[in-house]
Amino acid sequence: VIDQAPILIIVIPLMFAFLTPLLGLVKRQLCYYWAILALSASGICAILTLTSLLKTGVIHYDLGGWQPPWGIEYVIDHLNALMLVLIAATAFLAVIYSKRSIEQEFPEKTAAFYTIFLLQVVGFQGIVITGDMFNLYVFLEIASLTGYALIAIGEKGALLASFRYVIMGTVGACFYLLGVGYLYMVTGSLNMADLARLLPNLYSSKVVLVGFAFFMAGVAVKMALFPLHVWLPDAYTRAPSPASALVAPLMTKVAVYVMIRILFTVFKPHFSLEVLPLPEILLSLGIAAIVVAALMALAQTDFKRMLCYIVVAEVGYMVGGIGLANSVAIRGVLLHLVNDVIMTLGLFAVAGIVTFQFKTHTIADFHGCFREMPLTMAALVVFAFSIIGVPPTGGFFSKWYLIQGAVIAKNWLFVIALLTSSLINVILFFKIFEIGYGFTSTHDAHAHGERKAGVKEAPLSMLIPTLVVAIGVILVGIYNQPIMTRLIQFAVPEL
Amino acid sequence: MLDFIIGKYNYWMYIVLMMVGFYAMIGKRNLVKKIIGMNIFQTAIILFFISIACKKGGATLPILEHSQHDGAGHAVNVSNYLNPLPHVLMLTAIVVMVATLGVALAIMIRMYREYHTLEEDEILRMLQ
Repeated sequence: VIDQAPILIIVIPLMFAFLTPLLGLVKRQLCYYWAILALSASGICAILTLTSLLKTGVIHYDLGGWQPPWGIEYVIDHLNALMLVLIAATAFLAVIYSKRSIEQEFPEKTAAFYTIFLLQVVGFQGIVITGDMFNLYVFLEIASLTGYALIAIGEKGALLASFRYVIMGTVGACFYLLGVGYLYMVTGSLNMADLARLLPNLYSSKVVLVGFAFFMAGVAVKMALFPLHVWLPDAYTRAPSPASALVAPLMTKVAVYVMIRILFTVFKPHFSLEVLPLPEILLSLGIAAIVVAALMALAQTDFKRMLCYIVVAEVGYMVGGIGLANSVAIRGVLLHLVNDVIMTLGLFAVAGIVTFQFKTHTIADFHGCFREMPLTMAALVVFAFSIIGVPPTGGFFSKWYLIQGAVIAKNWLFVIALLTSSLINVILFFKIFEIGYGFTSTHDAHAHGERKAGVKEAPLSMLIPTLVVAIGVILVGIYNQPIMTRLIQFAVPEL
Repeated sequence: MLDFIIGKYNYWMYIVLMMVGFYAMIGKRNLVKKIIGMNIFQTAIILFFISIACKKGGATLPILEHSQHDGAGHAVNVSNYLNPLPHVLMLTAIVVMVATLGVALAIMIRMYREYHTLEEDEILRMLQ
């Protein structure tokens, strides 16, 4: 089984997804346990893959026994093994978390929801695991299409938000496909390793440059890089809470992963970062994203919408970090990739609990929450500290690497942007804590006063995943050194 | 200049089609027109990929003809045949595009049931 583990990560949720609607016909409640079963089996395979990678080094898996570059190949190296486990864990926690929200928001669509949910996990895992450019496009579209559908289930306004996301996301995916076409034109290959071997002789070719530009533009749409982020706040705010707990942490981060893959595996870092003026572009976009998104977050009265802008800012951290173009910064980017998935999952889980309790998700809802939901709020404090960058949470260490990288690159603007954004995050979350402790007794609070009399702690199926994520944030912080030396270090390209 | 345009007319068509689709997606306020624009945009990419597969000098479809005399033994000359791989890729891409179109249409139908209009401006006004 261990030899086949890489393919099983993909195939198990795929097969389970096809059977979910049938199971839904028999008994709707079973779909929940069915999805948990699928994702735990897939997660075990992901962990097996990671351990065998640590023992033997990079794993190549040829689909159907076809040798690359003709056949499709799955390649598992240190970077994507980490991502595989991370995605599996996120999906597993999100699926456990989803039960009560679905019962409350759309019980009649349970089977459909879990089908799409599993398919989306297939999409994410596929993007990460594949070593083939066109295969990546297909998985990218699987992940995006299921994302559109999941978002469209949501509250009022979700349909239009989802429709706009369809339009923008399709343009992004089409640009990616064009990039594949341009590279195929000059190399005749779709395999990433093969492309990496063939391309260096062609770096002066205009076709390769155009293809590269298409890749960057396409991936930038998918990761919601400023100024292409306009679809994200609406879509993730309106999405139903169990869906946003899966889509929001993973979609943008997987797109960042694709960008790193293209920059450092398909193309050589020397081409991506030295021949082209890409670092300057990425840095200025990253800094703009951080500053603009932080300011926008400050202006929001809706908790989920505020989180969306934080996600945009976090993408800015990572893209800016790649733009710094030195190995310390890239380490920071990869560690932040891990941290950000966990933190965003936690924050959207808290947002989901708030939505579950109050049917809305405005910041004013937090009034008095610390008394009524102490455990949820304790988790929120951990996530907030991680976003701000307080040790020993994970966020501190990745920000530390990023700032160190910026200092090595002597880019003070990025340092300033990072620190400003951290300070704004302090304001954002302490505003919530202040409301949560009930220090501010505005007229707003009175209006909420009677309604919240019967509010208790969140149900266990929502609370436990949230607390596990909170512990995860702290553990990633404490064990950042082993993660760095055993996994991320190998994934950093030689610069 | 004229040679440059006529000699590569399929690539020019692909760019024109893509821009037509792009304009419809950005400029039009009606959701159906946006979807049609999206579809034109995607079709342009199919044209581009099919153009890649072409070869100079009368290459034909990659269907191997078994000659009567020597069975399977004769060598295949690659330059006589079109590259089949872009076609195969496009078969997959068409499936993806159909799925995208399906999802977009499904969302649109639900929007029509909810708002009884497909004009973006009117829907936005109702959402206020």
